[in-house]
Amino acid sequence: MTSALQPFGPTLPRSRARALPWATVMAGSLVSIIPVGATLPLMPPFGLLMLLAWRLLAPLALRRWAPAVLGLFDDCLSGQPLGSATLLWTLCFFLVDLFDQRTIFRAFAQDWLIAAVAITFCLVAGRLLATPLGAHVETVLIAQIAVSILLFPLASRAVAWVDRRRIAE
Amino acid sequence: MAASRDRRPGFSRRAQYSLFLSYILAVAGATVGLVLLVLSQFNPPAFAALRSAATEVTAPVSSGASAVIRAVASVPQTISTYFRVHDENAALRAEVARTHDTLVQARIIVRDNRRLRGLLKLRDVTPKVVTAARIVSSSATSTRRFGVLNAGRWQGVRPGMPVRGPDGLIGRVVETGPNTARVLLASDPESVIPVRRIGDGMPALAAGRGDGLIDIRSVGTTNAHLEPGDRFVTSGVGGLYAPGVLVGRVLKRGADNAPAVPFAHPDTLDFVLVSEPFLPPPPAAEPQEVPATPTPQQGSQP
Repeated sequence: MTSALQPFGPTLPRSRARALPWATVMAGSLVSIIPVGATLPLMPPFGLLMLLAWRLLAPLALRRWAPAVLGLFDDCLSGQPLGSATLLWTLCFFLVDLFDQRTIFRAFAQDWLIAAVAITFCLVAGRLLATPLGAHVETVLIAQIAVSILLFPLASRAVAWVDRRRIAE
Repeated sequence: MAASRDRRPGFSRRAQYSLFLSYILAVAGATVGLVLLVLSQFNPPAFAALRSAATEVTAPVSSGASAVIRAVASVPQTISTYFRVHDENAALRAEVARTHDTLVQARIIVRDNRRLRGLLKLRDVTPKVVTAARIVSSSATSTRRFGVLNAGRWQGVRPGMPVRGPDGLIGRVVETGPNTARVLLASDPESVIPVRRIGDGMPALAAGRGDGLIDIRSVGTTNAHLEPGDRFVTSGVGGLYAPGVLVGRVLKRGADNAPAVPFAHPDTLDFVLVSEPFLPPPPAAEPQEVPATPTPQQGSQP
């Protein structure tokens, strides 16, 4: 069924293999359109989770300029001021690049830690950019960060599952 | 697994250049993001077209999903109503008997009130309802509190119009697209609503906190004591929100400042009413004829 089980089977066309990571990240951003009138900002940023999972599992799947475009798409949907995800997601990619240079040993635990740092950075910076300092959102923000970090393995699973389908690029 | 230290993709010049170019593009993207961010900090409604284009596409999906959820949610409710119908009937009959006297009294008061208002020649301004729509989704990942309304310019919704639900005030419209609008909810940290206390009419401001509550801030000259259970309604000051719409109930005792729970929760399962601003906006001020440079007075030297 999967290409991993059929190593010499037909592979995905190049264009679709390129488009799949983009589609999954955009689908993550689109989770915010579910019909819920949220009183608290507790929903994790699924677009960011998918983006980080792609960057850490398959570093060459997305070009280095992709987070800017995907971030702009996310900004149009998320309610944050336009440009915040464009900037922060790109900075996240640079952050992961820095970790890539400095770490000697890498396993999923380290990836998770890096993702945790990137998620915390994005959410805290997004809060500082979007809301006035006097707002009482810190408690909810900490809860949102915790939920997002705990959901990262799930996002990695999803990305790995998709990546197996576009493996032979 | 040891990470490779060499980030060059190989000996191919083409691959090396394309990697370098992608980094340049990434820096350019970050710069564009920074510029957009600065622009939207100084002028928040900028790029409303981009956002409303996105919501135009997503709102129908949200509406459809919301309809499905409503249909599913109505099943257990219908079943429980069917089983509770006998008890409910008895309870309602008892309540009707209990409130009959109060109702008669209230009718007399309403008639008196109308007569006295007629004597005083008071003119009531009743804001015109523009449309009834639903909040179909909200900014669940962001610390800002926005809702997406499934009605827009084609239905007569304009930025600045107040939005109320069945239980109380929800917020006001900030951006409109052809078929959708973005609503700033009352619990958003940047929303401020003029209110007064039911009972003594003490004026105050209801400012959103961002955690689902609103802060009631007194604007009176004397020290205000806010007690748990104090209810606040819109005062109509400023002419945007019609007076008398429920806003919030105070949670904790406070002097001049206390948190309150909003009465209305933006729920995708219920309708909201968009109405015209309570008072028409004032006419734009005529630009005065001011000389560009003050003419120096001749002969002012002593």
